[in-house]
Amino acid sequence: MGLADIIIKLILVVIIFAISLVIAMYSTYAERKIAAFFQQRIGPNRAGPWGILQPLADGGKMFLKEEIIPANASKFLFIAGPSLAILTACIGTAVIPWGQSLTIGKYVIPLQVADINVGILYIFGVVSLGVYGVMIGGWASNNKYSLLGAIRAASQNISYEISMGLSIIALLMVTGTLSLKEIAEQQHGFWSHGWFTWNVFRQPLGFLLFIVCAFAETNRTPFDLPECETELVGGYHTEYSSMKLGFYLFAEYINMFVSGAVMATLYFGGYNFPFMHHLGLSDNLVAILGVIALFAKIFAFIFFFMWVRWTIPRFRYDQLMDLGWKVLIPLAIANIIITGLWITFVK
Amino acid sequence: MSTFYFIAFLSIFFSILVITAKNPVHSILYLILTFFTFTIHYILMNAQFLAIVNFIVYMGAILVLFLYTLMLINLNKESEPRKSNLVNIAGFIGGTCFLITIVAALKAFKVSQPVILHDPNLGLVKNLGKILFNEYLLPFEVSSILLLSAMVGAVLLATKDPKTA
Repeated sequence: MGLADIIIKLILVVIIFAISLVIAMYSTYAERKIAAFFQQRIGPNRAGPWGILQPLADGGKMFLKEEIIPANASKFLFIAGPSLAILTACIGTAVIPWGQSLTIGKYVIPLQVADINVGILYIFGVVSLGVYGVMIGGWASNNKYSLLGAIRAASQNISYEISMGLSIIALLMVTGTLSLKEIAEQQHGFWSHGWFTWNVFRQPLGFLLFIVCAFAETNRTPFDLPECETELVGGYHTEYSSMKLGFYLFAEYINMFVSGAVMATLYFGGYNFPFMHHLGLSDNLVAILGVIALFAKIFAFIFFFMWVRWTIPRFRYDQLMDLGWKVLIPLAIANIIITGLWITFVK
Repeated sequence: MSTFYFIAFLSIFFSILVITAKNPVHSILYLILTFFTFTIHYILMNAQFLAIVNFIVYMGAILVLFLYTLMLINLNKESEPRKSNLVNIAGFIGGTCFLITIVAALKAFKVSQPVILHDPNLGLVKNLGKILFNEYLLPFEVSSILLLSAMVGAVLLATKDPKTA
């Protein structure tokens, strides 16, 4: 790897990091606007035209508020919790293929930071690590409500990780590879050999299971039991104030962005869009349009996350566990068996 | 090689912290770091699949459950059971015997001959899967039965009264 490659990678890392932060920032704005729309309100409209500067005002407020660390909290872990939450949220973007390679002069720029051949498992590992931020923060606060929130987060994440993993296994049986880049390439275009190329049409049940688990793993309503206000005050972040609280809230939006990107890549064709090589455009232009297509899909998923949040009420805790263990896991196993039979007898 | 020594140092350092930490939750957090260094060891040995599975299963699931249990029973210094001297002495003798056994085993093993992998790419997912499902299919399936029986046993233990469950 030459110096030019390293510089290109560094620039790519910085761009992706900046984009995910900006998208997370404006997701908070979008969430408030969408919530307002669903409840027939106007939503934030004072900071700038249409309230467009509201995220900046929120950020400024978060930074300037008084920072409180409870007297009996474990100080190091109290700070480590939110840091870990935002760290694990940000590193997930490293393996996502954002588009086809760009060619500028003699340089070929792959729009993916790391093409490791266990890409999906890396994502899965990062997801499973995400719960530590919540658990450590909740425990370190030395508060019963926080602790209950942390414990709920742990058991919820473990339960839904299993069905998430099983739904991924069925997908892997279809794709035959663990590399996200190859999975995106397999879904090239939209139609080939008499069937859709996108995996959502090959694994509809798997996608349904995956998206339910994605809601649970990102702690979004209807699965936001760890921060259930009506029972636990504020859940794991009850004791947090200022930017440390901001980190927890921000991590949730980054997680939403990353899981949207993962779902778009695994099931909805990634950067591919219909007729991409029948338009007669140059490769670079197609690559850029592909990046735009991927982001459009991600925004659609983020909107879906918000749509569900303001439509469906929260589960009760026993319902959550029942759904995870008694419905999703048997369905995921059935999905694996069906996929296996299909591969053996039809394909 | 220097990377190996640095990571090996970190592994030993964190594992010593695991047993010396006063607070059980801190001890688990050090154990998480220890397992993380193991993941790096696997990557250094080019065993990608093992590395990522160690990461997901041990760091991401088993230790979360450890932490979960510890947080739930909420051990602290006051409620920690006092161990009698007899138990301490027995533990010391047992630990020393174990250490001597390990040192003796290491002496018998010729350290000057480094382990040479027949195929350095064995740890990649594709090769590992082919070997597991061809050469080692029987032990692989037998071990899955072992896990299943452990699971059934755990469920049986968890249901207090089999008649009402």
